Amino acid sequence: MPLPTKSTDRPGLVSAVMAFATVIFLLSPLVAIVPVSFTGERYLSMPNGNWSLRHYEALVTNPVWLNSIKLSLGIAVTSAVIATVLAVLFGLGLWYVRHWLVTAIAAIVFLPMAMPPVVSAIILYFFETRMVDIAPWVAFDSVGGVILAHVVVAVPFSLVTFMVSLNRIDNRIDMAARGLGASLWQSIFWVVLPNAKFGIASAAFFAFILSWEEISVTLFVTSFNVVTLPRQMWNGLRDNVDPAIAAISVVLISLTVMAVLSRDLWCWRRNLRNRAS
Amino acid sequence: MVWPSRVYWILLAPLPLFLAVTYVMPFLMVAGWSVTDPQPGFAQYGRVLGDPTVLGVLLRTMRIGIVATAVSVTLGYAVAYNWVFGPLWRQRLIEYCVLIPFWISVLIRAFGWLILLRSNGLVNEGLADLGLIDEPLALVRNEFGTIIGMVHFLIPFAVFPIASALRQIDVRILQAASGLGAGRMRIFWQVTLPMAMTGVVGAAIIVFVFALGFFITPAILGGGRSVMVAEFIYLQLFQTVNWGLAAAMSMVLLIFISVLGLGLRKAMRIDKLVGR
Repeated sequence: MPLPTKSTDRPGLVSAVMAFATVIFLLSPLVAIVPVSFTGERYLSMPNGNWSLRHYEALVTNPVWLNSIKLSLGIAVTSAVIATVLAVLFGLGLWYVRHWLVTAIAAIVFLPMAMPPVVSAIILYFFETRMVDIAPWVAFDSVGGVILAHVVVAVPFSLVTFMVSLNRIDNRIDMAARGLGASLWQSIFWVVLPNAKFGIASAAFFAFILSWEEISVTLFVTSFNVVTLPRQMWNGLRDNVDPAIAAISVVLISLTVMAVLSRDLWCWRRNLRNRAS
Repeated sequence: MVWPSRVYWILLAPLPLFLAVTYVMPFLMVAGWSVTDPQPGFAQYGRVLGDPTVLGVLLRTMRIGIVATAVSVTLGYAVAYNWVFGPLWRQRLIEYCVLIPFWISVLIRAFGWLILLRSNGLVNEGLADLGLIDEPLALVRNEFGTIIGMVHFLIPFAVFPIASALRQIDVRILQAASGLGAGRMRIFWQVTLPMAMTGVVGAAIIVFVFALGFFITPAILGGGRSVMVAEFIYLQLFQTVNWGLAAAMSMVLLIFISVLGLGLRKAMRIDKLVGR
């Protein structure tokens, strides 16, 4: 149906130009890293005809980078497992017990998510420097200490992710299982948790990413002994900028792009299959 | 309500106990530091408000926070509006271009800006090649670079709440306004913006709260010349070793952010009252 006046209910030129300019602004720093990562020089520069893969090679041959990548992977996996176990236990507790006191406790659990990261950082710095003599395995500048700090920071996010999927489960399936004679634990392991397995996986994935990228709290609880990948990048950015940072950034950006695209591809395929059936 | 039976405490106890030891108790002790280190009293808080250097850090943080919030929310609104009401291909494009930077680490993003903005970076060399400038512009290692990097980080956090507010608007209202002859500016000021106001205010508060706590971006792109609260706390702990001042500064930041957080809850609740 042709409208009598000029249709103005859709975005016009001004807002489209602003939006596209913003999109270019959002992408430009990520794109700018790519050519720099292929420079043949030892310092940060555009390749200018001198293209090379030496900085990618450095990631797998230079022990400084290789060790920090391995360390970060280990820390991220461990803290993701611990954060997920803690979040799943507490999430199940919240799901079963609806009592005002439990809700009040939940407010404490979300504290690390609500605080500005720098406040969490000074709190964990305080805790871990006190632990140097009492419990050196979780003390300042130890691997255990970094894992502990990452668990504290990530656990509220894991809990939220898990609760979202748990709250979608009809709690009558638990009642049915219990009515048929299952114990609480049998019901949890055989009925409730299998129904929340995507929630558990997302909670673990979220915690893994948070730990893998974590830098602000890590800076406060480490000095020289424990150098995670972000910490290594931070050190490199502060002194002479090492082009290997560009190479590792390109690798991480590519992984992110692939993850976002493959998630969409997966949803798209599932939609097609649902439509077909 | 019945007191939960003992078996449930096996589920409920571990996480709060863990956080009580590693987070809540140390938090109270840090709060204690701010009034006991080096000697008991409120001297450190006096310094926060009385010492021109420390006060300067607070005022700079506020200034940068306000500018970064204003820019992020404005651009975020344009992006969200096109995301929700634009043609389908534009919606997809915007979705990817907002989500991908959102998942990328703050370090990599600051590094990208360093490559673009430093004195022999891409922007300066491009402008010099075009003959527009003779001397490289100081785009980084100052407040300008800090604000650019922060806006880049904050835009997705502005887009998401504004987009979810815009999604609740019935398209037929816009069509009606348009059919009655309203221009785009008039629709923006009198229809979409008022209807999306909660989202915009919520986005502004969230973005401002994040901006006040920024650490990594100002530390890399500010180059030590535009120290904000978080970096100041880091320097007090690790360089000046003035724990009391670091703790007092954290408490001031925390109190300020809590007040803003209460404001956010109030804004949301008032909207619910008006909406019903």
